[in-house]
Amino acid sequence: MANIISAEYKTVQFQRFSRLNRVLHIMMIVSFISLALTGMTLKFSYTSWAAILSHILGGFESAGFIHRFAAVIMFSVFFIHIIDLIRMRRKEYNSWKELLLGKNTMLFNKKDWHDLRDSLKWFLGLGERPQYGRWTYWEKFDYFAVFWGICVIGSTGLTLWFPEFFTSLGIPGWLINVATIIHSDEALLATGFIFTVHFFNTHLRPEKFPMDLVIFSGRVPLEEYKLDRPKEYNELVESGALEEYLVEPYPPIVIRAIKVFGWTALIFGFSIIIWIIYAMIFAYR
Amino acid sequence: MTSPVYISLRKIQIEFFLWVTIFSLLLFTVSAAAQDNSDCMMCHEDNTLKGEKAGKTISVFVDQKKLDASIHSNLDCISCHADLKDADLPHEEDVPPVNCGICHGDAQKLFDEGLHGKSFSRGDRLAPSCQTCHGSHDIFSSKDSRSKTYPLKIPFLCGMCHKEGAPVQLQRDIPASHILENYSESIHGEGLLRKGLLVSATCASCHTPHRILPHTDSRSSIARKNIAATCSNCHVEIEAVHRKIIKGELWEKEAHILPACVDCHQPHKVRKVFYEQGMADKDCLRCHDNPNLKALDDKRSLFVDISILQSSRHFNIACSQCHSGVNPSHLRPCDNLTQKVDCASCHAAVGDEFQISMHGQLLAANDPNAPTCSECHGTHYVLGRRNPLALTFPINVPNLCAKCHREGEKAAVRYTGSEREIIERYTESIHGKGLTKSGLTVTATCADCHTAHMELSHTDPRSSINHNNIASTCGRCHHGIEEQYNKSVHSRAVTNTDRDLPVCNDCHTSHTIRRADSEGFKLTIMTQCGRCHEDIASTYFDTYHGKVSQLGYTKTAKCYDCHGAHDILPTTDPASHLSRNNVVATCQKCHPGANRQFAGYFTHATHHDPEKYPVLFWTFWGMTTLLIGTFIVAGMHTILWLPRSIRWRRELKRRLEAAESQEVTDSIEE
Repeated sequence: MANIISAEYKTVQFQRFSRLNRVLHIMMIVSFISLALTGMTLKFSYTSWAAILSHILGGFESAGFIHRFAAVIMFSVFFIHIIDLIRMRRKEYNSWKELLLGKNTMLFNKKDWHDLRDSLKWFLGLGERPQYGRWTYWEKFDYFAVFWGICVIGSTGLTLWFPEFFTSLGIPGWLINVATIIHSDEALLATGFIFTVHFFNTHLRPEKFPMDLVIFSGRVPLEEYKLDRPKEYNELVESGALEEYLVEPYPPIVIRAIKVFGWTALIFGFSIIIWIIYAMIFAYR
Repeated sequence: MTSPVYISLRKIQIEFFLWVTIFSLLLFTVSAAAQDNSDCMMCHEDNTLKGEKAGKTISVFVDQKKLDASIHSNLDCISCHADLKDADLPHEEDVPPVNCGICHGDAQKLFDEGLHGKSFSRGDRLAPSCQTCHGSHDIFSSKDSRSKTYPLKIPFLCGMCHKEGAPVQLQRDIPASHILENYSESIHGEGLLRKGLLVSATCASCHTPHRILPHTDSRSSIARKNIAATCSNCHVEIEAVHRKIIKGELWEKEAHILPACVDCHQPHKVRKVFYEQGMADKDCLRCHDNPNLKALDDKRSLFVDISILQSSRHFNIACSQCHSGVNPSHLRPCDNLTQKVDCASCHAAVGDEFQISMHGQLLAANDPNAPTCSECHGTHYVLGRRNPLALTFPINVPNLCAKCHREGEKAAVRYTGSEREIIERYTESIHGKGLTKSGLTVTATCADCHTAHMELSHTDPRSSINHNNIASTCGRCHHGIEEQYNKSVHSRAVTNTDRDLPVCNDCHTSHTIRRADSEGFKLTIMTQCGRCHEDIASTYFDTYHGKVSQLGYTKTAKCYDCHGAHDILPTTDPASHLSRNNVVATCQKCHPGANRQFAGYFTHATHHDPEKYPVLFWTFWGMTTLLIGTFIVAGMHTILWLPRSIRWRRELKRRLEAAESQEVTDSIEE
């Protein structure tokens, strides 16, 4: 019976992301797109698009509510992840040092610099494709971009949310203006980066085109993974831990649902990018 | 005998005395100028001499011959021109008028009490002065045939002003018409003018020369109770003549119970006895009662529905009072009627205004499009403007004006200004809605802003809608707002500038005025302010308040929320909403927790001005540099990656297929 199923689904798959991480990423997508849409209507209020969108969202107050609600979700994602890290440290690692400096660390280490150098060589046809490990340097960059973004956009956003409170603490009024600029421009950077660079790096680059479902399904065909992340694969084979990560693929209906969600997110992202480009180039004032 | 020595001594004495006299006289005249007629005539005998009086240049030539012939020949100039006594020569121009009352006190007193005197002291430009009737330097006794007041000349003297078509008759409230014409046809006029009877009654005989009063004034010589006495000045034995009708004595003793002379002998038309008040109308209706009566030339109906006339405001006005110029002695009294009805003969003040107005100017220029009184007020069915049936009842006014001013109609076609679709827009405006939907008759209609009779282009300084008059025009209803405005920075009384300052219509528009709490108004007002305050408005749109407003929501602060609407003052003014003491309270209107620091927020911040907002400028450029830098690095990385990735895709495919076929081979082998 097990054989039939595996024959049906053709291949064995490799479990890359935990259920929690996948849920967090979906929450992140939803909150991020909500924040971007509602925020950009204000940033580009001078375009007719913004006015239309604002009305679709139910007016500026409703949009503002969505924006703040999404911000709360994003903060939650952030803190849940931090808590998850603490839990991981307790359960899977003996010390913070092991977690932060071990082979699967999210921090940049020497190998990342080598990978970057080797990647550039590979791009230019001067070398082989580097033996990427569990986390590549561009994944680590995206990961820390979120940290940076949450801190910068989050703190300025809170200032704008509660200006009366913050000014009562002695913050001068003009800092609210500064916070507005930082919040808005950092958001533009984040949106622009996610919907172009991140989209390309993970979904649109030819080898993954049109999208990489791994972040939703959490699993990737083992053969594909072997070629994509040879270093981690080899390490797992050597340590004999590979078996722990092997799972069966999701049934097609789940894959289809994932694709629908993925496409929706992609389309939202692209629409926002097109709108930003339009607003910056054709309607800028 | 007188000795020759004595004679020569006397001669010397006389000569000496003479010289001294002449010399001292000369000295005297030089030192005390203007004391002698010849001094005056030194200048005033020049018949080209001009002077200025009340801003007009007039001849101040005095004809010595006429003066010598006049009854005042033995008077000195300064007897009348008393103000010039001891004046330095040449005296100042614009000398005060001569006061005849110095000598003619009684006549002056009577004049002052009369209609003429009252109008004169009121400054009515049409009022007569002493000189109007008596002349100035050429005054003769009224018994002298050269006098302007010689009986034979009196009808013409009075007629100067009271003949048909004269300004007084047209523009002042003179109840009688065709006075001169009727008089000359009357028995008095005939006696005076045709038969040369100096004893015949002239105007002055009945109206008195100086104290002319209306018949409604009990002191008047033509007041009902005084008429008998006035007439019997000449007609002393009148009881004898009227014995058949009136019993002796009564006439003098109880005149008030008797008919007055004029009840039978119409004034001015004396001799043509009439017995019934309504007769004139009946005369007209003899023909005009016929519904089929048509004009000969253009076949228009000449039928007059007397019931309509009687339900109008003019129910007690006789036909001939408006259609003046009819002659009752003719078989068809109206056969010589040439003049159109002139409403101004009763409605003088309104007539004056109308003549100034654009409508009146067009009418005076014989423009076929010009409206007449009847166009707005109707003809026989004239109703007061408080009557809901009246064309001029407030609710009907917009439609009345629309007859010409609706788009496509004659006035709208002529009009070249920027106000289009006036009627439609007015109807949608708060005023129009108040009038038509809420039925408020106190709402402003066309006539409230443009006035009813003195409509003028806004370019005319006299116009109610001239830029300088708009605030007071709107202030007639919105008085409290006008007071606030007058104290604001936008008022010319406060701000001294050559630039145009906004008045009501610059922000509220003229015909599309909306409620100030309506969404549309709140949103447009920002661009209205921005028309003058360009920079400040555009930077406003860089802030949260401005951005939300731009999206079409009214909840965030607009210009007037912080600056005030009509009471805008510079922030340096302690009374300003944004002065140091008031600004926190102003923020607290929306942000209850606002504090002094909070009020330091730049509500007109821009990050494009390194001088004014260096922090914002550098923050923006810092952020922009970060953004551009990140995109350049990441973009380069991506672009470099792309071609390699395409190859890698093929490579992957090939390897995966290889692995698969390997698997298949493996399973077959198994």
